[in-house]
Amino acid sequence: MIDDLQALQVLARKRWRMAIALSMVMVVIYFGFLLLVAFNKEGLGTPIVPGLSVGIFLGAMVIVLTWAVTLFYVRWANANVDEEIKRLNARRGGAR
Amino acid sequence: MSAPMTAVGEPNVTAITFFFLFVALTVGITYWAARRTKSTEEFFAAGRVISGRQNGFALAGDYMSAASFLGIAGLVSLSGFDGLIYSTGWLVGWPVVLVLIAEPLRNLGKYTFADVVSYRMRQTPVRIAAALGTLAVVVFYLIAQMVGAGNLIRLMFGLSYDMAVGIVGAVMLIYVIFGGMIATTWVQIIKACLLLGGALLMAILVLAQFDMNPLHLFAAAQAKYGDAVLAPGKLISNPWEAVSLGLALMFGTAGLPHILMRFYTVPDAQAARQSVFWATGLIGFFYLLTFVLGFGAMVLVGRDVITGVDVGGNMAAPLLAEAIGGKGLLGFIAAVAFATILAVVAGLTLSGAAALSHDLWVSVVRKGHADHVEQLRVARVATVLLGIVAVLLGIVFKGQNVAFMVGLAFAVAASGNFPALVLSIFWRKSTTNGMVACIVVGTVTSLLLIYLSPTIQVDMLGKAHAWFPLRNPALITIPLAFVVGIVVSLAKPEADALAAYDGKERRMILGVVED
Repeated sequence: MIDDLQALQVLARKRWRMAIALSMVMVVIYFGFLLLVAFNKEGLGTPIVPGLSVGIFLGAMVIVLTWAVTLFYVRWANANVDEEIKRLNARRGGAR
Repeated sequence: MSAPMTAVGEPNVTAITFFFLFVALTVGITYWAARRTKSTEEFFAAGRVISGRQNGFALAGDYMSAASFLGIAGLVSLSGFDGLIYSTGWLVGWPVVLVLIAEPLRNLGKYTFADVVSYRMRQTPVRIAAALGTLAVVVFYLIAQMVGAGNLIRLMFGLSYDMAVGIVGAVMLIYVIFGGMIATTWVQIIKACLLLGGALLMAILVLAQFDMNPLHLFAAAQAKYGDAVLAPGKLISNPWEAVSLGLALMFGTAGLPHILMRFYTVPDAQAARQSVFWATGLIGFFYLLTFVLGFGAMVLVGRDVITGVDVGGNMAAPLLAEAIGGKGLLGFIAAVAFATILAVVAGLTLSGAAALSHDLWVSVVRKGHADHVEQLRVARVATVLLGIVAVLLGIVFKGQNVAFMVGLAFAVAASGNFPALVLSIFWRKSTTNGMVACIVVGTVTSLLLIYLSPTIQVDMLGKAHAWFPLRNPALITIPLAFVVGIVVSLAKPEADALAAYDGKERRMILGVVED
């Protein structure tokens, strides 16, 4: 059971590190965007093509990147966390 | 193109028909749900049988309020780019909910987020503090929705304000009292489909006039109102203000009681995870649509017509519906907006009722010794009380700025509830005193600083100066709540809470397995 406790703590740390990393990614993405809005209004107003400015493009990218981070985490957790949870729960059941 | 004549504000037969269809359908579902609501597990958590995808739609339904539909479309129609600041801010909170909150919450709690914060702690103090944090958020959010409902319905259907508020309160109470979370969940799912469907239909009709290319639409707006519509405008002038607003938007979502409560309706943590994935996809898509609708209204309706009907621009989307689809589409969109408010109010009321009955009555007053019949009865009484309070507040706060109230709710949620959740879930040394101090300080200081902010002191009370310079307090109050929570916890360690951490961590990761 000591092994299980260790495995659980390893898993908990792995999840915690991923959660912190992805939260930081979101902070960088969104606050990067906000600070550009605050400090570089002209830059964001620069047109790329008619009807599209740098700002609109980056804003849409924030939405797309938010989706990407969500998708990444769900795939990561489905692949790396669920199996381990199943294994630990089965061991716990088997030990009884 | 921009005809000064509009049917907005007149009683609209299509709107009334669609609204009655919606109410008939949802009351039918409530009848079905009522027969399945026999225990508190069903009343507060829909028996935990909602699938991840269903819960994703319901989360989106809970989150996409009329404020975002009408408010963001209006903001975009009047200032273009600036609308993106809000819509991105409201979306980026979701990955935070996903990676930090959703799964631990599902595994550790029963009905409320207080279950999670109080998990290793002494129940009474933490429950009282968390119920306080919950009710503060619920009340401000309810005021925003009720005031929005009153204005919207007056403008759209020509009904009186008080009557509109009364109707929302009465129909919502039918859902929640009889159908509990089962009915509320399905109302949210139907509403999410209607709102997304309606917004998508409108976006397609708008884009059809611009070769199905959003860039042609934006270019038309540029030609009509100048390059400024595609660049940042007046919304963000002070970088500190920008960061403070951003913090409240980003971390507020993870502290909204009615959103957190939804994670208890799914069977396990995996389903909780899938549900955020669906919700993020749907909400992001919805914000992209509102952006198109805002620009559509700017070009096809015109700013002067929009501000002529409502200075805040809140009627941009309905006016656009009328411009592209006539009275029929206007009626449909009006009914969808009404349904939207109804659904959000139902979700809020249910989460407030859970705090009152599960946290305060069952856990604090009865120390956990209340049978199912009593719990269910108290839950329904709490629901009725909150419904009455919501209607009264809606009438008292008539004329208040809706966006401001929503901002307030997010600031309190981000400063009071979110830090306590994170510390209690992930930090071994957190203690009862620490969590109580964290919630109380976060909630009280954010309320106090909002009172001292230019929004209240200068805009509402007409003073020359405000003591606190920022309109949004989150920049100060979120770090403050974390620091207070940590310092108070370290000042007096709690052996029981420390010892219980390993067991809590096991349950947080593995879920509830009998052992």
